[in-house]
Amino acid sequence: MPIELNGQTIETDEEGYLANRTDWNEDIAKEMARLDSCDLGENHWEVINFLREYYEQYQIAPAVRVLTKAIGKKLGAEKGNSKYLYELYPYGPAKQACKYAGLPKPTGCV
Amino acid sequence: MLHTVNKSPFDNSTLQTCLKFARRGSAVLLIEDGVYAAARDTAVSKQVQEALKSVSIYALKPDVEARGMQNRVMDGVRLVDYGGFVDLVVEHNAVQSWL
Amino acid sequence: MSEENAGGVAKKFLYVNRKAPYGTIYALESLEVVLIGAAFEQDVSLAFLGDGVYQLTKGQDTKSLEVKNFSPTYRALEDYDVTKLYVEEGALQARGLSESDLVVPVEVVSAQRMAEIMEGQDVILSF
Repeated sequence: MPIELNGQTIETDEEGYLANRTDWNEDIAKEMARLDSCDLGENHWEVINFLREYYEQYQIAPAVRVLTKAIGKKLGAEKGNSKYLYELYPYGPAKQACKYAGLPKPTGCV
Repeated sequence: MLHTVNKSPFDNSTLQTCLKFARRGSAVLLIEDGVYAAARDTAVSKQVQEALKSVSIYALKPDVEARGMQNRVMDGVRLVDYGGFVDLVVEHNAVQSWL
Repeated sequence: MSEENAGGVAKKFLYVNRKAPYGTIYALESLEVVLIGAAFEQDVSLAFLGDGVYQLTKGQDTKSLEVKNFSPTYRALEDYDVTKLYVEEGALQARGLSESDLVVPVEVVSAQRMAEIMEGQDVILSF
């Protein structure tokens, strides 16, 4: 389903991930979250920004296990655990946050 | 005649076959995995240097860059972009694509 | 497979990479299988033979080719607990390459040592 935002149509795949990664901006992320009834706070953005940096560096969206570990390494153990990340992203931290970050679905997620 | 070679010289005998049949004055354009033949100091670089005495050898720049070979291209091999590829095709009477 | 793991039986998996990165799809497919397979927490090793060593070369720039440069992804393998990367010495030499030309730390091994590594595996997947 394409996303309608500020008079523009942004293409997505059938699961709502951006068709073109370069279309991404913060407003699109907010709109995607709004459609999921999710209000993006500072902690959500921290994960989104982390994922975008990870993609920039390695050209992949990390699997949830890898994300959890890598977040722990960078932001501390209180954030690098499943409980914290699932509270932020109940649909699955890697899947949902990757979508808002404009990345493809994580490699290894079915 | 313009010959194109798109296979790695280490994995396939296409380059050897092409060089065997390329006559003096013809051109050989290395594309795709064929560009690995343009690198210096390899197991096939002597053979390519020898061939350069009788044929012109070109390598397609986007393929060279994609493979990280841009700083390893031997002297005598000329890089061309897509426009240069077209020019080579136009300049020669026929193209033989060795697959 | 996770149930087997609960019993402590991790198998030794070796992925054998023999193709250059962009001319065919093998290299990218292999890398994706490795990343997906990492979820099963097996004992994974990667071998790079022949043109497979080209997958790891520094300086790959695919902008003009308009395909994805997946060489940076090899550096993420560590995060996936895939740390055993073996490169055949003769393959590097024949291509005028050395360990410092590669994007990740690897163990450079002789063909004989590589054969021993292959011999010691439970499962070998060849690309």
